[in-house]
Amino acid sequence: MAIPDWLRRLRDRDVSAEDAALWTKCPSCGEMLYRKDLEANLSVCTKCNHHFRMSAYDRINTLVDGDFVEIGMEFLPGDPLGWVDKRSYPEKLEADRLKSNLTEAVVTGFATLDGFPVALGVMDFSFRGGTMGTVVGERITNLLEEARKRKLPCIVFTASGGARMEEGMLALMQMAKTTQAVERFMSDGNLFVTVLTDPTTGGVSASFAFQSDLIVGEARASIGFAGRRVIEQTLRQKLPDNFQTAEFLLEKGHIDMVVTRAELRATLVRLLDYAVDRKRVAPALKAVPEFAL
Amino acid sequence: MNVIVEREKGPLQELEARIAALRERETGDSSDLRDLEEKYRILLADLFGNLTPWERVNMARHPKRPFAGDYVDALDQFDELHGDRHLRDDRALVGGLAKLRGRRVVVLAQQKGRDTKENIRRNFGMVSPEGYRKAKRLMEFASRFGLPIVTFVDTSGADPGIASEEHAQSEAIASCLVALSKVGVPVVATIVGEGGSGGALAIALADRVIMAENAVYSVASPEGCAAILWGDAARAPEAAERLKLTSADLIGFGIVDRAIEEPLGGAHRDAPAFVARVLDAIDQELRVLEPRKSNELRDARYEKFRRIGAWENESRARLATALT
Repeated sequence: MAIPDWLRRLRDRDVSAEDAALWTKCPSCGEMLYRKDLEANLSVCTKCNHHFRMSAYDRINTLVDGDFVEIGMEFLPGDPLGWVDKRSYPEKLEADRLKSNLTEAVVTGFATLDGFPVALGVMDFSFRGGTMGTVVGERITNLLEEARKRKLPCIVFTASGGARMEEGMLALMQMAKTTQAVERFMSDGNLFVTVLTDPTTGGVSASFAFQSDLIVGEARASIGFAGRRVIEQTLRQKLPDNFQTAEFLLEKGHIDMVVTRAELRATLVRLLDYAVDRKRVAPALKAVPEFAL
Repeated sequence: MNVIVEREKGPLQELEARIAALRERETGDSSDLRDLEEKYRILLADLFGNLTPWERVNMARHPKRPFAGDYVDALDQFDELHGDRHLRDDRALVGGLAKLRGRRVVVLAQQKGRDTKENIRRNFGMVSPEGYRKAKRLMEFASRFGLPIVTFVDTSGADPGIASEEHAQSEAIASCLVALSKVGVPVVATIVGEGGSGGALAIALADRVIMAENAVYSVASPEGCAAILWGDAARAPEAAERLKLTSADLIGFGIVDRAIEEPLGGAHRDAPAFVARVLDAIDQELRVLEPRKSNELRDARYEKFRRIGAWENESRARLATALT
């Protein structure tokens, strides 16, 4: 039975801030999910299997064995274009810093996954839509260069709306910079794996996301070059629901596999096990001074 | 509506017609002609002497502007190579073997159409995955045979259609970028009109990047940027201002190495001479690059893009040294 509007309004008003913090509504099936249950289930809806977007540090916590040694924190955003629209670019950065507890849209560092030492980069959509500006480009490049020095496999989780407008061409050039770092890293015989999470588009999709040895799509993630809205506006037609999903890309042959979040860690460990000699990479992390093994 | 085309109408057109008429009358008073020509120069300077970024965007999109194909036509010789060996031949990206000032090169050019019919054939210069795959195969060919790669960039962006998504546009561009990172031959890219985002960069990861004075090169089209940030494509002129997409801006950032001055009023006012000047500039750059070994070229290319990352102090200092 449909709830009358007046009752719905009354009910919604009665949800206190405290309750709202405890409960999250699934945007896919509408189920109210107890936040602790949701977190315990890796931010996947317990009813419909909808994958919520994950923060970089939450993601890292679901993956690594113990310590995560972050690198690249010294690379912080500036304002190369002196960008101002409704707010200045530094104001937008500051707002996102407070909202996300991140200094930029990617977190990079070293860790072990089931004993495999890896260089790990995780992008976060909640900071400027995961867009790639100079700092994202710099941190990814730095991660690949540091991994290359130590002959470590590298795994990068992508989540990005594309290049960052407010850094203009300096942002676009990060595609060239990261590409060259990927190329050097892979030419040396190191394993590069990308995990494309929701959403992966534009400049990130058209550079390192699709340059790896193995490309894993997280279940139901939206992945593509042009944004859905751009295509719909250009063509003036509605796109099918499954267009640009990880499942669609798998069918078209663009990615190696689609994996649910629950299976992700175990899958990555298996992939590492196929391509990487555990004994050879084991001493590599000892070269990271902060890393306590 | 192109603001430059609009501005060319009216008084300028009238003056042009009168000068042409006077020139036809061989018996006419030559001082009258000189007066008119002087007036014409003043009017040109008045109309086009100090272009805003948005006006330059319109200049870069001028329908009479020399297109990539006009540069290819001006080469010593050219043999087009077609297709991606999988699906089809993308006419928005022309590729082939050529001779430029006597030397053998591989040419890649993004080609727009001058009329509706040609634009449909060329997909308005928007390259599809098949075009990038053709480009990639020719880059690899060039590297194997030691031929320098010369590219002409003129696209509003990579094709954003359904078929392009189905054929993995991202992967096609990403692979072109990898191929250009790998090649052990000189790469010179020239932005002749519009350098639209990743679709342009895919053939512009180069040792030297040249730009026509009134060309633009940007992270997104001004319309796209305005739509993304402000939900209003009509604010494109404002976006053009903020994006820092002119040749002067990009030389300042160390992203573009050299700009080629255009005739007052735009390259189309003296297209053959301008095209020749651009080819001369490419020739000069190639002469500098050609003696270098493959590894030197690759390492220098790595460093060139490696330092673009203005995370404040360190890179600013590096940029400053690079520019002196």
